Amino acid sequence: MTILVLTLFILTGSFVAGFLGSLTGLGGGVVIVPFLTLGFGVDIRYAIGASLVSVIATSSGAASAYVKEGFTNIRVGMFLEIATTTGALLGAFLAAQMHTSVLSVIFGAVLIHSVYLTLRRRREEPYAEQSDPLATRLRMDGSFPVSGRLQTYHVQAVPAGFGLMFAAGVLSGLLGIGSGAVKVLAMDQFMRMPFKVSTTTSNFMIGVTAAASVGVYLNRGYIDPGLAMPVMLGVLAGSLAGTRVLIRAKTRLLRLVFSGVVMLLAIEMIYHGLTGRL
Amino acid sequence: MSHMKKTWTNTQVETIVGSLLRGGVITAATLVLTGGILYLARHGSELPEYKAFAGEPGDLRSVWGIITDTISLHSRGIIQFGLLLLMFTPVARVAFLCIAFSRQRDISYIFVTVIVLTVLLFSLIGHYL
Repeated sequence: MTILVLTLFILTGSFVAGFLGSLTGLGGGVVIVPFLTLGFGVDIRYAIGASLVSVIATSSGAASAYVKEGFTNIRVGMFLEIATTTGALLGAFLAAQMHTSVLSVIFGAVLIHSVYLTLRRRREEPYAEQSDPLATRLRMDGSFPVSGRLQTYHVQAVPAGFGLMFAAGVLSGLLGIGSGAVKVLAMDQFMRMPFKVSTTTSNFMIGVTAAASVGVYLNRGYIDPGLAMPVMLGVLAGSLAGTRVLIRAKTRLLRLVFSGVVMLLAIEMIYHGLTGRL
Repeated sequence: MSHMKKTWTNTQVETIVGSLLRGGVITAATLVLTGGILYLARHGSELPEYKAFAGEPGDLRSVWGIITDTISLHSRGIIQFGLLLLMFTPVARVAFLCIAFSRQRDISYIFVTVIVLTVLLFSLIGHYL
């Protein structure tokens, strides 16, 4: 297989990954690493580097639209980025120390957990009446548009959210994923922010989180331009196309199918890691 | 002009952040695409080597190396330069928010943005220190 043929395969696969990732809310990054390692035998460190780059592209692209719509809570995002960026830096350093088979097993486990987080039924709780004292001091309470009017909300449990965000950052730097599922969990369930605000603020933070670890990957020579090029362009185009058809598509069934695929990939990653084939 | 420059409303900040992110991604993608077409035209028929991990050559690992490669129109250098621009897009967003919070005289968030900027710059250029 020549470079041209391989590039076209990866471009197409990345487009599909980005498309399904944005339709289902799982993100395109979660399937890029298994796609490259299992599908094409690419070394997992190159795969993680390429995936990180695509994660920055898609999250920044999507965030540019969400920020203008007024859902994103910039203050909460900015404050929690202290936790995600330091976590990501640590994750990137850890990735260099770990054996690739260990990385592969952790990757599989995190994939399974992300699918669980995305699929499970959320408890719809009433908005909190009061804020965490820290949230008040940092003026984190916000509002977002609901059918033409502004609905205000109060932010809870800032320290717990901060801790979870650090973990999300470590996973992002270690595995080259956006770890949006953990970020949404922190804001939606722990800090009790509205779901739409949580998802858009998570997306807003993903680019900065990934940027904190990608520098380390670049300096270590894990970012290969020939590989990152089709991955970045494919995932970006796919996720943009995904947001276009999001309104029309029957996402429930699609989400189940895609989750099934991700689960299979996860088991495959764990199996290959344990048998030392990656 | 001076009265307009004093403070920015949250909506103005959101609009500028949105445009900044969009501009960064579009410019980066264009560079990566340009470099990619050049790369495929020059090396498309060669055989790839991604299975064994060797790491990238030194010039594709550092900011200065990438800039030198781009100036001499190396296709892989141009792609890498686009990726570098993509990496700096979130950094520029944090830097802009730092300025916006300074205009709003929001001391705690100036502090927050400076911490995040320090972590980001450490990641990107820390190995020079």
